[in-house]
Amino acid sequence: MTDVNITIIDREGVEHKVLAPTDMNMNLMEVCKAYELPVQAVCGGIAMCATCQCYVISGHDLGERNEDEQAMLWEAQNVKDNSRLGCQVPITEKLEGLVVELAPEE
Amino acid sequence: MKQDMITTDILIIGAGPTGLFAVFEAGLLKLKCHLIDALAQPGGQCSELYPKKPIYDIPGFPEVLAGDLVTNLMKQIEPFQPGFTLGERAETIEKLEDGSFVVATSKGTKHHAKIVAIAGGLGSFEPRKPAIKGIEYYEDKGLAYMIKDPEVYRDKRVVIAGGGDSALDWSIFLANVASEVTLVHRREEFRGALDSVDKVQDLVNAKKIRLITPAEILDVSGEDKVASVLLQHNDEAKRMEVIECDAFIPLFGLAPKLGPIGDWGLEIEKNAIKVDNTLDYQTNIPGIYAIGDVNTYPGKLKLILCGFHEATLMCQSAYQRIFPDKRYVMKYTTVGGINGFDGSRKEAEKAVVKKIGNN
Repeated sequence: MTDVNITIIDREGVEHKVLAPTDMNMNLMEVCKAYELPVQAVCGGIAMCATCQCYVISGHDLGERNEDEQAMLWEAQNVKDNSRLGCQVPITEKLEGLVVELAPEE
Repeated sequence: MKQDMITTDILIIGAGPTGLFAVFEAGLLKLKCHLIDALAQPGGQCSELYPKKPIYDIPGFPEVLAGDLVTNLMKQIEPFQPGFTLGERAETIEKLEDGSFVVATSKGTKHHAKIVAIAGGLGSFEPRKPAIKGIEYYEDKGLAYMIKDPEVYRDKRVVIAGGGDSALDWSIFLANVASEVTLVHRREEFRGALDSVDKVQDLVNAKKIRLITPAEILDVSGEDKVASVLLQHNDEAKRMEVIECDAFIPLFGLAPKLGPIGDWGLEIEKNAIKVDNTLDYQTNIPGIYAIGDVNTYPGKLKLILCGFHEATLMCQSAYQRIFPDKRYVMKYTTVGGINGFDGSRKEAEKAVVKKIGNN
């Protein structure tokens, strides 16, 4: 089993260094929930609510936003160029060292 | 004072799958239910967020569309004649001396009930409002964030903004009701079910819908109600256009808020209501229960099937609370059948006892 180190900065600016498994079919939103970080994930992970929106602070290339994610981010608030929906970011070995910041709640 | 109130046994706040199923379990105990929901239609998230998405973990249904699950639940509870207050958010609660409750909504509708069951999911869905200064003035004066009664728009000129399923579906529906439908979206791409997207394309081709993309509504004006909107085309020229209309309906999706329920004196933990999961899902206020996604307890899972279970136990406890002196045992529907409040009866077909002989 391989885990990757990820840093999640919450809405109070506190850094949480967490270990995320790459072999559990998890995404970034689910990692936040597993560590009880304040992500509501209303829609449960189908890119329909934007409550797991986060900003990618480190230079990691997470690839293009998929269509559902893109469409949701057209309608959500506080969207920046580095916005992603955590539920659409699968945990892979490429994410080692990733730093993200949770977007404000709407 | 109670005559102008809606009176019921169990007042259910939230008409999602858990709240709807509670009506069935209450009905078996001859308890009447009334549901309040901030959304214009029953079904909660299932209807609003993902009606066309499949669910695979409803016991006995290898696959069911969320919208179909809601349709089935509505059919299942029909004999128990639930009442609905839709498009209104539960705002305040008052406990009367006799232990019953009065719940008032955002529009002032009052409900009187012996038991309150909060089945509010992640809270009430509040529509995302466009960032237009002073837009609140036009709310209910031609501006609406959800459509409760499409007849309101008959022969009216309607501007819809948004790029998701609800913008598509309402444009399709209103194309045959309103005198004029204009659909405005920031992007040229829409996200929705394939048949909805195709249908809108057909209606645009048939000039039944005027499509303006990419564009954004920047302002609303009118004396005492919506008379026009100011639109900016997102092309290079950034051309402005005034569209005269009777109604402006921005459909930008919904964001959930626990809302006023958070101020009812209930014990809250991480945006959810703490309940007693060893017994009956009652909150710290006797007579108020919380079931489904809105509650929390050790080991809580936010699954529809867990909500169904919680609703069932809640109803048994509610019955005991309402009738403390009555003895009751749970009856299987296969054995007891279903006696609807509408006089309908469903029951298992009786086997026959009949001699089979050689003639």
